[in-house]
Amino acid sequence: MSPAPLAVDGPAAPPRANGELLFSAPWESRAFGMAVTLHDTGAFGWATFQAALIARIAAWEAAPAGSWSYYEHWLGALEDVLAGDGTVTTTELDARSATLAARPAGHDHRDDETGHGHGHGH
Amino acid sequence: MTERIPASLRTEALEQLLTERGLVDPAVMDTFIANYETNVGPLNGARVVARAWVDPEYRARLLADATPAIKEVAWGGGANGEHIVVVENTPEVHNVVVCTLCSCYPWPVLGLPPSWYKDPAYRARVVREPRTVLAEMGLELGEDVEIVVRDSSSEVRWLVLPERPAGTEGLSEEELTALVTRDAMVGVAKVSAP
Repeated sequence: MSPAPLAVDGPAAPPRANGELLFSAPWESRAFGMAVTLHDTGAFGWATFQAALIARIAAWEAAPAGSWSYYEHWLGALEDVLAGDGTVTTTELDARSATLAARPAGHDHRDDETGHGHGHGH
Repeated sequence: MTERIPASLRTEALEQLLTERGLVDPAVMDTFIANYETNVGPLNGARVVARAWVDPEYRARLLADATPAIKEVAWGGGANGEHIVVVENTPEVHNVVVCTLCSCYPWPVLGLPPSWYKDPAYRARVVREPRTVLAEMGLELGEDVEIVVRDSSSEVRWLVLPERPAGTEGLSEEELTALVTRDAMVGVAKVSAP
């Protein structure tokens, strides 16, 4: 599952050597991690996800709505794949999102700033 | 397509639902994310390039069939690790990589793509006016150099084997590895001697 650990120091050390922040917000890393984990467990083939991502990006580029956000398209593609085979329907996701949005102020704890936050939901 | 709900909330909701159904384990997700943040990156590709520079037989294997050759020197598995094809830059021909449709990229050897690689402007413009785009990114190529734009897809993920810089004849494979940058392996830069 996991790549072999590599040295992370030295001039060519990833990712610092190339000076890029991989994710601009914690949710982006969670959306990334979900797709990679689901692919790894065989939930879908990568080509299926890729096709959904291409479709989402093409739709935005044909009629740009809002500013460009790569990971919004990534998340949309993941939603499309999971809705497509009935794993998580759009209705279910909308309902759960609305529940989370209705949480009282202050409940929206900030621990996912460190990349470890996730609602366990049980 | 319920865009009124912020992506952060939809992501959290999706992770909750998938976790409850036993389809993802948040701890496993943490491991994957951490690996891509710290372990999987251009150092892998740099090792491949340095080996190809010092070992002509390896170079031939790499250019003929990259996926198994990469696994000789670096981890080459996981998503986006199959179908990697290596193309060689020379004084006459310069290859530069793009994914016009989305963001196909050889993750195991380069890590996740930088934001500019995913940007609509780079993806559209490098195809139409590669010489101008490369110059804007700091790589001025002579008019006599042919530029070949390689469009990645789920079938082919391109990796550029940059030219070994002059003046590095005495360097070890490890020292050479340290010179190779991600940008050189995408084809938007050259490798410089130390």
